[in-house]
Order: sequence, then structure tokens, then C-alpha cells
Amino acid sequence: MTPFLIAGARVIDPSRQSDGVADVLVVDGRIEAVGRNVPAPEGARRIDGTGKVVAPGLIDVHVHLREPGQEHMETVASGATAAVAGGFTGVCAMPNTDPVIDNQAAVGFVVRQAIRAGKARVFPIGCISVGQKGQQLAEFGEMVGAGAVAVSDDGRPVVSSQLMRTALEYAKVFGIPVADHCEDPTLAHGGAMHEGIVATRLGLKGVPAAAEEIMVARDIVLAELTGGHVHLCHISTRGAVELIRRAKDRGLRVTAEATPHHFTLTHEACEGYDTNAKTRPPLREAEDVAAVRAGLKDGTIDCIASDHAPHHYDAKQREFDDAPAGIVGLETSLALGITHLVETGILSLPELIARMSTAPAAVFRLPGGTLAVGAPADLTVFDPTRTWTVRAEDLHSKSVNSPFLGTTLKGQADLTAVGGRIVFERGVDKSDA
Amino acid sequence: MTAPLGKDLVALEPLSADQIRMILDTAEPFKEVSERSIKKVPALRGKTIVNLFFEASTRTRISFEFAEKRLSADTVNVASQGSSVSKGETLVDTARNLEAMRIDMVVIRHQASGAAKFLGERIRSNVINAGDGKHEHPTQGLLDLLTLRDRFGRIEGLKVAICGDVLHSRVARSNIWGLLKLGAEVAVCGPPTLLPKGLADLGVQVMHHIEDAIGWADALNVLRLQLERMEGGFVPSLREYNRIFGVTRERLERAPRDLVIMHPGPMNRGVEIDSDVADGPHSVILPQVTNGVAVRMAVLYLLAGGSPDWGSQATDDR
Repeated sequence: MTPFLIAGARVIDPSRQSDGVADVLVVDGRIEAVGRNVPAPEGARRIDGTGKVVAPGLIDVHVHLREPGQEHMETVASGATAAVAGGFTGVCAMPNTDPVIDNQAAVGFVVRQAIRAGKARVFPIGCISVGQKGQQLAEFGEMVGAGAVAVSDDGRPVVSSQLMRTALEYAKVFGIPVADHCEDPTLAHGGAMHEGIVATRLGLKGVPAAAEEIMVARDIVLAELTGGHVHLCHISTRGAVELIRRAKDRGLRVTAEATPHHFTLTHEACEGYDTNAKTRPPLREAEDVAAVRAGLKDGTIDCIASDHAPHHYDAKQREFDDAPAGIVGLETSLALGITHLVETGILSLPELIARMSTAPAAVFRLPGGTLAVGAPADLTVFDPTRTWTVRAEDLHSKSVNSPFLGTTLKGQADLTAVGGRIVFERGVDKSDA
Repeated sequence: MTAPLGKDLVALEPLSADQIRMILDTAEPFKEVSERSIKKVPALRGKTIVNLFFEASTRTRISFEFAEKRLSADTVNVASQGSSVSKGETLVDTARNLEAMRIDMVVIRHQASGAAKFLGERIRSNVINAGDGKHEHPTQGLLDLLTLRDRFGRIEGLKVAICGDVLHSRVARSNIWGLLKLGAEVAVCGPPTLLPKGLADLGVQVMHHIEDAIGWADALNVLRLQLERMEGGFVPSLREYNRIFGVTRERLERAPRDLVIMHPGPMNRGVEIDSDVADGPHSVILPQVTNGVAVRMAVLYLLAGGSPDWGSQATDDR
């Protein structure tokens, strides 16, 4: 592993509240030094960081890598490659694959596929319930032993309050969060988009904000009852943001994430029956987008997570009601954050990096999220000012179901290192990047 | 020359008032064709049209078929049962196969909102929406407008209440857009469980008492209440629906003026509308059906590139 020195970049490390021009030296897979005029050792590669930002590697706690079972949409390898191309050094893989990841052997499979790919670190999330059927608790302990970092039945809400209570209590033994996809299934039943004027005009069944808020409120109550750590996935409504804010004020162990599409787009993106804008929870109203942004600003929402949800193009070329829900996000997350949160003055760049690296590492208790000397060198170099247009042919993911195709964004990852190994470098051939 | 309506008729929402008026005006001379002993004009001779019905339909399918035949088009009917659709073919593949057969027009009825637009974006043929899910049923909206115009001589300033299951109704949406664009005042009336959200933002009055709608309107467009709505929990029973929301003669007799009564069919007599209202002197339910053929002839003709002044050409033909 060749040592390398990134010289003259703006080094932002929210874990140490540092932000300034410096050099970063990586030796033997670890951060060796961060400072001014760091001398490069013999044989080290020197990388010019002028105009660039060096940050702790970005971490996405909510992605769908589709393997095993849906390899035509994504694989652990293709997803991990898309991750590093988007500046992510670590991703948490949701277990709603086919078969689902609900036992230690399945967790081990994901771990192995990730090692084989050799790109981003992939942290498996195990199921809450056996078969994601919402009945019997899965073997949290064995799954954690095999490498799982959290449990979730994501894609399906935990309908049974009793199961959710049990999961929150039992997960305390292992210190892992229970991540819930908050959606009351009776209110959301048959819904294809947000309930509102756009759904009315398009003649589509809507999902009211209350479907999310009811489950958020229930999970908060159960977090209080159990003292367990509930992590609320992809928060999309102003009411949910307010519920979480009040829960945090009361000191409950509640954390939350929001996706880039929920802090940038409204239900109007579904106009013309654009199935690339179909997602769960659905894109909502301008006031909800504003509330999600405010929640990211004040920390009510701890982290940005993409809910990267690849779908084959065939599946999205369907009638809106029949098309699957989901948006790919790994390669647009950073740019959407810079374009819509930093450029608009809502977050500073260090705050954005905190929401995309330091905070997700802390919430899921993952390695990374820091450039502290001695830490494993998981880092991201990006150009915060470059504008680029999202084009399907440039994406590394196997799927390109994004409502942002054709839009021009600001900020792009140039180099990603995991454990001191450069796993992505823009401009280098896709296959060996 | 680009057709005055564009390639497809998917919805009334994107049309201008002038385009809607043009269709209604073009329909006027076509009414007369259906009154002739030989009900045929050569306007679409040599054109091939596929009627692609993914959902059961009697009135609309027959109305389109008559309109096509009276314009001399060659037509094929495809129903989802007994076609490759029942073997799991996707809509996009169905579309591509139709395209490969070099057809000129497709009339589509489909259970998914947006299906007509989806098809129109993927084939070069003209696409006419004969009802897509809960979205729109534009030719029904047009025939309702034509019927109102026949009866009142105008649309502007009319007060029209659309009553019943607006939530699941594509007829309601097409009516709302058509009426608003031509300057009518529109109200919807029904239990809140059957009204979609946000209609007030479109400038539509929202009422929950049928007596209020009857007291306000010049015309009622009474929507069908499907049996499934009771099973879906939207209303407790059809009996109660009739008692509380039904359009009955007793209620109409208390109105300050005679109301014109419309219904897109098929009717549930004794549920949303009582028989003596449907069969009464102010019902225009059958004229609606008659106008349906003329409006569909006008739409087919205009989309095929026909000039809006067909009437004057037709005079020469005779």
C-alpha cells in the first residue's frame, strides 16, 4: 500500500471541529499526520489538493444492495463501487433482499461479498423479524456476531407494537439501533404518492403524512418505555420532524435520518407520472422539505442517508401504480447536499460533512467519521465547486432510477480511500477505479 | 401541419378553452351524421384504429366504435381478456407491438392512472384516453360539456355540482377541468370520505350536503357509487348513502329552480339517483349518450389532422 500525501486541501473534520488548509499524510492504512507542510516520506504519492476538500469518508446508513436475489438491480460489488464513486467509504446494507438477511450465515455472505469487491466498507443490517414477516424476533446476537450493525425490517414497517417493543428491549444487549420504516400500513395501503393536490389531479391514491407520523409517535413512545435506541428511517413530514424534536428535547434515545430526495423535491416531481419520483415514503410538500432541512440544521435529524434503492429500468417503465418505489442515491447524495443545503446557506460545509460522516458513524457506532491521527484512513476528497450534470451513463450503480437525471449539481467526489487504499479516483477508468 | 389538438387526447387539464370549444364546435356537424339513414362519412377512410380496453366497458367502447365506423375507419377491438395482456405482457410491450403493425390510432381504457399518457409517449400513433384509472375520461367530460351547452346555450356562468364518489372518478376530474376552463362554477358534493384532497385549491366549492348542492346548482352531474366503495369502508351502506346523499325527486322539488340532471352511467338506480329523477323531464342522461358519439367523432377527426371546419366541407359532400 503506497503512502500518499494530499497537499494543500481544505481539511474538514467535524469530529475534531477542525477546518482549514492542511496536508494529510496516509501511511500503512492510517492517518499519519494532518497539518501544515507535512513532509512526504520516500516513495509516497503526492496528490495536489488545491481547491479540494478532504473529509472523513462519507457514511450512508441506509442503502439497498439487492444481493442476494436481485442481482439484476444491484450487487454488493456494484453498490460498493457506486458508493466510493459518490465519496462514501461505508454503507449499511438493508436486509430486504431475497432471501432476506435474517440469520448469521446471510450476514456473513454480505460481509464476504463486500470483502471480495474491495470497495466501500459494507455494514450489514439484519432483519428485526424472521423472514421480515413481523412476527418472531430474528437472532440479533448471532447476526451481530457475524457483522451486523443494526436491525431493521425496512421496506416494511414493524406493524406489531409488541414486536417493536421486544426488539428495542432485546437490542439493548448488543448496543445496536432498531431502525424502523415508519408507515402505518392501513393508512398507506395502495398509496402511490403523497396525498395532496398533485395526487388528486393525477388520480393516484395518496399516502397521508399521518401514516408516517403515527408510527414515529408510536416508536418514540416505545423508546421511552424500553430505553432502547430507535432509529427512524427516511423522515419526510413536518409533523414527524416536530415529534422527533420534542422526543430529543426530553432526552429519549431517538435518532433519525433524511434522504436527499426528501430535502430537495416535492410531490410535484411526480407530475407526468414520472416513476423515477415514486418512492416510499413519498415526496411531500414544500413545507415538509423546509422542515426536513430545518431538522438537519438543528440536529433533530442526525444524518443524511440516501435510501439508495436500485430498480431495473424495465420495472420503472410501468404504469405509476405498478412501478416499484425507490430512488438511487449514492452518487448524487453529496452533490445534492452541497447544492441544496450548503449553497442555499442552510448548512455550512462542515455541518454537511457532519451529517454525512461523523453523525452517521456515531448513530450506528461505526468506525470512521474522523481524520484523527492514528485512525484508519477512510477519507473522501471532493471538489465542492465543480458543476456536473447527472447522466445515466456516468453512474456506477447497475440501476439509474433517479429523478435527478439531467439536472446540474455542484460538488463531486474525486478520490475515495478506504483503510488507506485508494478505491476510487475520478478520471481513472471505471473498471479499475 | 400540426394537428390543432396535438398528437394525443389524454386529458382535458392541459387543453386550452379554445381547444375545448373547437372540439365542441366540430362535434356539432357530426351530430347530424348519426341522424342520416346512411350514417357514414369518409373522413377517416383508410385509417386503422385499435380500441384497447383493459377494463370492462360497454357504453364508451361502443360509442367509440360507432364514431370510428361512421368516419369510415378500419377498427379492431382488443380486450384484456383473451389477449396477450392476460398472459402478463406489459403495457410497453403491447404498445410496441401495436406500433409495429403500423396503426394510426389507439383508443385506450386502462385501470392505471397515467396509462394513456404512458402509451402516447411511447408510440407515434395518436392515442385517445377512454378512461385511465382515477385520472381522466376526457371524451366523457367533452360530451357532458356539449350536453350542457345544448341545454343552456352556454357554459360560462353555469353552476354545476358534481355529486358522489369524486375520489375514484375520472369523469369528475375531466368535468372539473372542462367546466372551469369554459368559465362555469363548479362544486363537488359528497361525504368527505369520497372527496379527494385539495380540490378547493383548484377553485372548486366543496359541499357535504346534497341539499346544498341542489339549492345552488343549475345542473347536477351525479356519479355512480360503486358497490366496492361500501366494502372499502368509504360509506357504511348503500341504503344510508341513498338516504343521506341520493338525488331524489323530493329533494329536487324543494330546489329554487329546475335542475338539469346528468349521469355518466352506468346508473345504480335507488342508490345515487332515484329512478323518477333519472327518467324525469329534466334528465339529459340519454342525450349525453347521443352526444358521446358526435364528440368522439370530432376528437378522432381532429387528431387525424382534420380541419376544424369539417361542417362546411361536409356540406359539399352531400
